[in-house]
Amino acid sequence: MGGPEIERLIGLLAKLPGMGPRSARRAALRMLQQPDTRMLPLATALADAARAVKPCSVCGNLDSQDPCAICGDSRRDRSVICVVEGVGDLWALERASVFHGLYHVLGGTLSALSGVGPEDLNVTPLLVRVEQGVTEVILALGATVDGATTAHWLTDRLKPLGVTVTRVAQGVPIGGALDVLDDGTLAAALRARRPS
Amino acid sequence: MRLIRLSLTDFRSYPALTWRPAAQISALFGPNGSGKTNLLEAISLLVPGRGLRNARIGDLSRHGGGGGWAVAGRFATADGEADIGTGTLPEGPADRRVFRLDGTAPRNQGEIASRIAAVWLAPQMDRLFQESTSGRRRFLDRLVWALEPGHAREIAAYDNAMAQRNRLLAEGRLDAAWLGGLEDAMARHAVAATAARLALVARMNGVAAIPGFPVACMSLTCPIADRVSYTPAVAVEDWLRDSLASARTRDAAAGSATIGAHRTDMLLSDATTGVSAALASTGEQKALLVGVILRHAALIAEARGFAPMLLLDEPAVHLDPDRRAALFAAMVTLPAQTLITGTDADTFLPLAGVAEGLRVHGGKLLPDRRFPQTESTRTPVPGML
Repeated sequence: MGGPEIERLIGLLAKLPGMGPRSARRAALRMLQQPDTRMLPLATALADAARAVKPCSVCGNLDSQDPCAICGDSRRDRSVICVVEGVGDLWALERASVFHGLYHVLGGTLSALSGVGPEDLNVTPLLVRVEQGVTEVILALGATVDGATTAHWLTDRLKPLGVTVTRVAQGVPIGGALDVLDDGTLAAALRARRPS
Repeated sequence: MRLIRLSLTDFRSYPALTWRPAAQISALFGPNGSGKTNLLEAISLLVPGRGLRNARIGDLSRHGGGGGWAVAGRFATADGEADIGTGTLPEGPADRRVFRLDGTAPRNQGEIASRIAAVWLAPQMDRLFQESTSGRRRFLDRLVWALEPGHAREIAAYDNAMAQRNRLLAEGRLDAAWLGGLEDAMARHAVAATAARLALVARMNGVAAIPGFPVACMSLTCPIADRVSYTPAVAVEDWLRDSLASARTRDAAAGSATIGAHRTDMLLSDATTGVSAALASTGEQKALLVGVILRHAALIAEARGFAPMLLLDEPAVHLDPDRRAALFAAMVTLPAQTLITGTDADTFLPLAGVAEGLRVHGGKLLPDRRFPQTESTRTPVPGML
């Protein structure tokens, strides 16, 4: 079907998250039909990003400058660090514009079954940062077994440093009704209740 | 809820099959090995869990096929039609299956459990009361997640946390904070799962008897359940977390957690005589189990507004003629769609006029003339949607 170049392109595209063989074929075809407007600019953008973007040496965010734009922004609150599992979570929080402190990207969560231990996570730099005037660490990790276990483990490490450790709340979603929530979410919501 | 179309591709003995059930009750008959159970198993795989045979994913593909397999069902539900599919991906590993709900991957299996439900009775369950607790617990959990779709997620999360703790203990990685985090997850999910199990037991014990069948009294042997009954859930979580933490050395030696929701046992006894199912005759055990399945269908129909599909594989074995007649009468009365199998078509003749009769042969379902299509077989009974 059109030579090894096309097969290789489709094969590489199909490995991307959210893509399968069918969507990879569609994307490849669209690019091949418009090489000047779609394909070559993309190839240049890919090469530029691969060359320039690196993990921030402070927080682990991806950026073309080091420290990243967030770590380098003097207007951000340096007393609060929000710990996230991955850069995607950092982007989600930034999109919401609800947090104006600094971040720390762990690069994963503890998972004994996947062979991910504390030594595989970006933890030591976090402990060093916390000792430099940080008053609160917010653990914004997923409500999965691995996310909750990692939060538990991190709390154990951070508490002795005298910093306040908080976790993002779990419970009733905005716009959600109570009667459709499962028992676990309802229990979490009740546990995390606060004065009204 | 009603299955209106089932498609199988390279599943067990079926190269390709498309079947549209034409009645509330479908009786499938044929000699041993003709593929009756395979059909029931295919439907059982459309709900969470490992299906009617508890089979490995790699064993489900057709011998001589390409290695992959697929099962797809279209259901009429109160919220409209739902297309549910499962199987291996064409270019994916043969031992991993995926789900599709209306053409897209569901966020979790609970999404599927919230749309459809199925409960089954298989010949291997005749030994349910002689075998280890795991079979009885699986049976119990299937009954629970037909009532509470979120239960599947709680059990999966609990099993995940326990497997990770077992791994850490086996590798001698005694990181107290890591183990503590996993034990915290185990405690939270165990208490939520136990509360759901207790709720099911309490409701089941309140369901009216099915004429002709003994009423089974259901109970749990489980230290977590004992505490959940009289202590706030948060206190039980604390107790279980502490118990797990203090049992690390013992659990490391045993190779698994010696306390938890994975050790719960379900007991059944005859509510009239008080005799435990484990001590009853084979026939009485079967009658107790059939009674549980039928009362459960009635409970789900009342609680969720639709009855689960009943997949009854050779249920008539071990039942005397009176009980068999009572079973057929109950199947007609309940608002559930039922698939029932047997080797002999004559067994199902009392259902002629109500059920469709299909001979299973060579990967095909052939209508039997002795089960004529009547208005009652063509029209779904009221309340089935």
